[in-house]
Amino acid sequence: MKYLGLIWHSVWRKKIRTSLTILSVFVAFLLFALLSAVGFAFRGGEDVADAERLIVLEKVSIINPLPSSYQARIQAVPGVEAVTHANWFGGYYQEPRNSQFAQFPVRPYEYFTLYPELQMPEEQLRAWANNREGAVVGSQMAEALGWEVGDRIPITATIFPKTDGSMTWEFDIEGIFASDDPRGVTNFMLFDYEYFDEARAHSRGQVGWYILRVEDGADPVAIANAIDRQFENSPAETDTSTEAAFAASFAAQFGNIALIVSLILGAVFFTLLLVSGNTMSQSVRERISELAVLKTVGFEDSTVLGIVLSESVLIMLLGGLLGLGTGWLLIQSGGLLPGLYLPASTILLALAFMIGAGVLAGLFPALKAMRLSIIDALAVRA
Amino acid sequence: MRLLNQIVAVTVLNLRNLPKRLGSSLVAILGVAAVVVVFAAVLSMANGFERTLLSAGSDDTAIIMRSGATSELSSGVSAQQVQIIETSPGVLRDGDTALVSAELYVVVDVKKKATNEDANVPFRGVELGAFDVRRNIDIVQGRVFEPGKNEFVVGRAAQQEFVGLDVGETIRFGQTEWTVVGVFEAGGSVAESELWTDVRVLQAAYRRGNSYQSVRVRLESEESLAILEQTLADDPRINVDVVSERAYYASQAEQTTGLIRGLGYPLMILMSIGAVFGALNSMYSSISVRGKEIATLRAIGFGPFAVLVSTVVESTLLALIGGLIGAAAAFIAFNGFQASTLGASFSQVVFDFAVTPDLLMQGLQAALVIGVVGGLFPAIRAARLPVAQALREL
Repeated sequence: MKYLGLIWHSVWRKKIRTSLTILSVFVAFLLFALLSAVGFAFRGGEDVADAERLIVLEKVSIINPLPSSYQARIQAVPGVEAVTHANWFGGYYQEPRNSQFAQFPVRPYEYFTLYPELQMPEEQLRAWANNREGAVVGSQMAEALGWEVGDRIPITATIFPKTDGSMTWEFDIEGIFASDDPRGVTNFMLFDYEYFDEARAHSRGQVGWYILRVEDGADPVAIANAIDRQFENSPAETDTSTEAAFAASFAAQFGNIALIVSLILGAVFFTLLLVSGNTMSQSVRERISELAVLKTVGFEDSTVLGIVLSESVLIMLLGGLLGLGTGWLLIQSGGLLPGLYLPASTILLALAFMIGAGVLAGLFPALKAMRLSIIDALAVRA
Repeated sequence: MRLLNQIVAVTVLNLRNLPKRLGSSLVAILGVAAVVVVFAAVLSMANGFERTLLSAGSDDTAIIMRSGATSELSSGVSAQQVQIIETSPGVLRDGDTALVSAELYVVVDVKKKATNEDANVPFRGVELGAFDVRRNIDIVQGRVFEPGKNEFVVGRAAQQEFVGLDVGETIRFGQTEWTVVGVFEAGGSVAESELWTDVRVLQAAYRRGNSYQSVRVRLESEESLAILEQTLADDPRINVDVVSERAYYASQAEQTTGLIRGLGYPLMILMSIGAVFGALNSMYSSISVRGKEIATLRAIGFGPFAVLVSTVVESTLLALIGGLIGAAAAFIAFNGFQASTLGASFSQVVFDFAVTPDLLMQGLQAALVIGVVGGLFPAIRAARLPVAQALREL
């Protein structure tokens, strides 16, 4: 610590060079932050999924429906605490490109019991349950489309016409819910299944999937197997998995995105290492006589090694923290893409990278400085 | 003329010195190479995806789906409606038979070789006429499925990408066992990501009665699209959207390619900024190493402009070398690399990365800009170097 002043002065010995190096480190970690957030979004929030919640899907494909009569039979499986169901509606608001906002017909009270992380005032939930044509929307969606409680909005269906052949479904917004988890996604809308089932022209009595929670201490895997066994050899066999496993396997469908993100990060870090390693070795080369003087006046080899390494780590930290901070600000502001989130694990990883890259980049110059022979070094007039 | 001679002389001297400054020059070169590699890799993904979807679309083929449906998966068409379409004007006829294919489009879970995780693979039920409606389908291995049997043919890309789809293998979807009897190619288009079987067999297996999801129609000509559209719009028995196959696939490609490009270009700009810093750094150090040399040149009568130009040429050359290395590496590593992702139809699209000449040119242009910008400021400093002071440091 007592050498901090010396290190600080050596770092800023060549202001332009150090600034440029810090700037390239800055860019690298800014990229790291942004790409990690995008990668996290692609993984579909599998990290926020609840391991106690199970999802029951039709076995052959997620697009095949299940009969609504399964609800009672799933509820009867020992260890199942609560169960409800949802459908994929697949509509859009005004423009097909607004279809990133999903809509699900669900049973109001049951759904909110199974998703306690969704926060909504009690009276809004009641108002929604009492209005057949009512709907509630997530805060992200309400914000993006400028909706408020009391609005009546038309949703164009792509799969489900109404019995009168119309593709337009109108809903009253009765509530807006938020997630108590900052990573939670709330860009979807919920409306009443009863109404949906009566008003749709086809596929009545069929639901998309079931969601259930197991009792405390019950084994989710055993329950999942018990459910699947119950429907074996029926026309609609089931495939039950934890929400986390489902999210992970769904994210895997996007394929090589994760690979590509890590590839880019690899290229970025490689470049970064080259740039800062180069800076450090130049800096050492220029200061050979200076370092020799330090050793002459009694600095230990290990102290010289430590000083040079610290310089390199300091440069990395200066640029890295700046880049990470800027990335964090950009992500928080939501200016790039709404709904991005920077997980804490990424921040820790970035810190580890900064220190690791700093040590790696400084290692060879530092070793060179340490092994410096005083006589030779002082003889060189650099 | 004298100025030109000076410039050439200083530049040549400069470049012949380069090997002495190998370390910092390499940093600049590799920095630029990394930019070009990453840029080409990301954008080649968007290009490949787009090419796969767009090559499936032709202007004289129409896709007819229920009004409002955004993809085949969400559409539904009844048998009666198919008959109406078959007898409409604008549809190409071969003798008495209309070139029309009513199809069912479902999704089945098949494991991806790369991840060993279930993926949504499109399973299409077609009539044998589908092979005539689309012109570019070739069975390259095995044979076509026999109508009425639980058999299917698999697209070349799907067969390579997913587990257990070689000819002769059987695969179970739900309670039905299917046999793979052939492999088809479709000019590298999105159809190669699909499994095809007899539509009636698929209707039965999926309890879809006698309903379909889309109807593909060969048109008499591109202009027939409007005629067919008008006829069907005027018919009260039918409520459908008619789009050309090209327009349909273009809209399917839009979202994914937009996302990749929206990511790729900002990425390139950020990385380029990083590479500019790398280039600046190595050029500044190149000048500080050559301080005495430059001062000597100035002292014996070379002008500041010659020094300036030679420095910019050096950095541009380094950046171009880096750009070429990057372009070559990207082409070798990524061109033709097969990947698959979830497309707009909620099902897998298998595509090849396409590192096109156009992309490589864009990458080299970026390298050029990095080189000029990275060389300019150090060059100005070199040109302004106070001669007396620099010489005194000798």
